[in-house]
Amino acid sequence: MNRPMQWLSLIAITLLISACASNNDNIDDSEMAEIDQSTQGTSTAGVADSESFEGEALEDPSSPLSERIVYFTYDSSNLSNEAMDLLEAHGEYLADNANRQLLVEGHTDERGAREYNLALGERRAEAVKQALLLSGARDGQISTVSYGEESPAMNGSSEAAWSQNRRAELLYER
Amino acid sequence: MKTLLALVLGLFLAAPAASQVRIEITGGAESALPIAVVPFRENRVSPGLDMAQVIRDNLYRSGLFDPIRPSDYLGSPSRFEDVRFRNWRALGADTLVVGNVSPLDNGNYRVRYELLDVYAGNRITGQRFSVSPEGLRNLAHTISDQVFEALIGRPGGFNTRVAYVEERGNVDNPEYRLVVAEADGHRPQSILTSNEPLMSPDWSPDGERLAYVSFESGRSSQIFIQDVASGERRTVASFSGINGAPAWSPDGEQLAITLSRGGNPDIYLIDINANSEPRQLTRHFGIDTEPTWSPDGQHLYFTSNRGGSPQIYRLPVSGGDAQRVTFEGNYNASPSVSEDGRFLAFAHQTDSGFKIAVQDLDQEFMSVLSDGQLDESPSFSASGSMIAYTRSSAKGTELATVSVFGRVQGQLIDFDHTVREPDWGPL
Repeated sequence: MNRPMQWLSLIAITLLISACASNNDNIDDSEMAEIDQSTQGTSTAGVADSESFEGEALEDPSSPLSERIVYFTYDSSNLSNEAMDLLEAHGEYLADNANRQLLVEGHTDERGAREYNLALGERRAEAVKQALLLSGARDGQISTVSYGEESPAMNGSSEAAWSQNRRAELLYER
Repeated sequence: MKTLLALVLGLFLAAPAASQVRIEITGGAESALPIAVVPFRENRVSPGLDMAQVIRDNLYRSGLFDPIRPSDYLGSPSRFEDVRFRNWRALGADTLVVGNVSPLDNGNYRVRYELLDVYAGNRITGQRFSVSPEGLRNLAHTISDQVFEALIGRPGGFNTRVAYVEERGNVDNPEYRLVVAEADGHRPQSILTSNEPLMSPDWSPDGERLAYVSFESGRSSQIFIQDVASGERRTVASFSGINGAPAWSPDGEQLAITLSRGGNPDIYLIDINANSEPRQLTRHFGIDTEPTWSPDGQHLYFTSNRGGSPQIYRLPVSGGDAQRVTFEGNYNASPSVSEDGRFLAFAHQTDSGFKIAVQDLDQEFMSVLSDGQLDESPSFSASGSMIAYTRSSAKGTELATVSVFGRVQGQLIDFDHTVREPDWGPL
């Protein structure tokens, strides 16, 4: 690994983190985009353009790290291959950034029993956590919570809504 | 009349001779008792409540009565002496309820009713009450109870309460309420409002407290117990992971709950009045949740996916192995046990969605009762003749009832908001 580049990316990330700390606990893409513009004085853009370093900044839309939701099939907490690839990237990022904390929220669609779904949501969040640990994240970096079917991403009783709601969300903390 | 009554009573009383009993899903009310409830005569008052209508609706929803439409009535007697029984026989009524409302000096009402046997031409029961204007609806429920018990031989449970969860607002700004209402859905009162989800209300056996799940801490679910009258509450479970699915023991001393602090969801017992460690009842790597007690307090029914898909199991509280109880279909969950311990209601997935089904625990005979797409959260009424549940509606979800016998489906009152998870209170 290219050591100076790693340092550079670390500095960039640290700057971004401190910039966003005053705004909000949770990081999402839109917020980071704003911050990006307000911190043009730093060399963030130059770093993000480079393709040679690892541990990309979370806000880079071309990075797998910008994707923070994994989806599941009905009544299942099995991770798809796509989900495993995504979680590998996040797990490596967490391994490289020991100060980062992640909350994994497990959710289900509306079908079936609410309390069973609360348990199923936790299984999903735990499955995500295990995958992240396999890729090098440490146990203390990840917490999980299940909302079952109580907090849908999309209202409605169609497969279109259900497929959006069967999910685990990765929420990075400050 | 006598034959019909014997038939219906047979449904309830023939429990020992199990082979005689069969749950008929008729779609109609084949064995339901035809009854006429004459509008109560209002003497020099207009209390603004059609008590006879409340009574007819209650009796109809039970599935055991087939009230005759008032527009068909020939006359409107208000007491036994005025009844021409021949007219009511011609109408096909087996029994008749008449009554009247009169003013009392203190602003209250005197209400008098009689239940009459049309064929024998005599009085089965009757009573006189004095009641405040606000008490009239409750009194209509009490009269429904007395009529039900006189003819069916067990309590009607109409004068009970139902608790449920209401959701207002939208996905981005939801508001959740825990609501207590009369058993027919009238007079709803919020006892808790939160911006985070509320779940799984469960009445204490004395009907004074509710256990429920709240996400108000923002990070995880917690279980609370709240006194309904005073609003006082306390946390009884706030462990790492899931704190869910509270179920009061029949003696009111313990809660069966779901905790995942051991790494995955299992059933635990906690003492209400002692700060002792939760006692773990199930140890399985699968999901174990939704415990509910048998009325004798000896067993817990619960949902587990230990066999690969969610099914209902039964576990001795004193320890021992769980036995699978449901076998039809790939998804059976949310058990509710009838007060006599005989029937198990649950959410059952079919090719056309989730339905409420009931299983005779003696015969292992399952019947599908409801016909919605997303029916869930069944709760037996205290009388055991009805099940309240959640079904989907244009607005989201609403509360409905279905009778265990005769398949009469009803909707609780028209709700303005999405409502779910009814729990029917004790007698």
